[in-house]
Amino acid sequence: MIRIVSTTSTLAGSILLLAFVCLASTAVYAEWQTLKEDGLHDPLNPALQWLQNPGDALGRMPSDSAGNKVDWVRAFEDGYIRPRSSIHGEAEVKQLDTEIIMNDTGSLPRVMFPHKPHTRWLDCENCHEQIFKSKAGATPVTMSKILEGEYCGVCHGAVSFPLTECNRCHSVPLNGTAKSQ
Amino acid sequence: MPVCKIRHIRLLAAVLAVPILVIVSLQTQAEYADVVLNRNSEKEGVRPVVYPHWFHRIRFQCRVCHTELGFEMRVGANKVTMEGIIDGKFCGACHDGETAWTVENCDLCHSGLPGMETGITGGHKTLGPGNW
Repeated sequence: MIRIVSTTSTLAGSILLLAFVCLASTAVYAEWQTLKEDGLHDPLNPALQWLQNPGDALGRMPSDSAGNKVDWVRAFEDGYIRPRSSIHGEAEVKQLDTEIIMNDTGSLPRVMFPHKPHTRWLDCENCHEQIFKSKAGATPVTMSKILEGEYCGVCHGAVSFPLTECNRCHSVPLNGTAKSQ
Repeated sequence: MPVCKIRHIRLLAAVLAVPILVIVSLQTQAEYADVVLNRNSEKEGVRPVVYPHWFHRIRFQCRVCHTELGFEMRVGANKVTMEGIIDGKFCGACHDGETAWTVENCDLCHSGLPGMETGITGGHKTLGPGNW
């Protein structure tokens, strides 16, 4: 009996410890690696001391749960950053404030593509006409192609928020019974 | 009793192994969207280049490099050479000693671990651009 109680209490203690360490590891994950530790830069390179570590810059910006852990769109809109529109300063840029709804999403919520945040960063020709036709519905976008790095996947999953964030694009609920799915 | 203790230690070790492995694997987490360029670097005797998207997008909108400077939005699709950079193409449009450091500061760009392949790195990988 004593042995059973002892084993049970050790198991419970271990589970508590596991929960604590998992939380601690999440906290570690939420921070940015220094260049010396990121597994990408050569720690023997003496020039690393002159380069900025990601956390020094990104830690001051609106946070996000994925990618660089920065909400880049909000950082720009709220004035945390003022990225230039041209190499020589400011150039006139074309911004569009229309939204495209993609209906062919099966049982998932429909996709709403907002032009506004995209045209704050990108020129029309970055997407049109090579990646997307300008005519709505004329481009055969599929999730499998996106996961292979085509269409939205040219940027999302590489530099803009990753493809783990389903609901940010699939944001328009289906009506009727399908909504509960 | 000693047998019991050994069992407890084994159990504890097994339970702790998973989060410890998670932490260790996360210790080598490159920043999302960092790009490694190593088409020519190591062949020419220098470290691979690490290009941090995060640093540059604080200062420039995507359109500057991907329209004005002509960088294709596909890792490996751009034939970046030192000759081109010195002539003011690609990175050389800014890394000219006025907007950013000059090409004489080799180690600031050629800062990567030897042996890495050209590609885009960071978490949340898909089958996409990172693996082409």
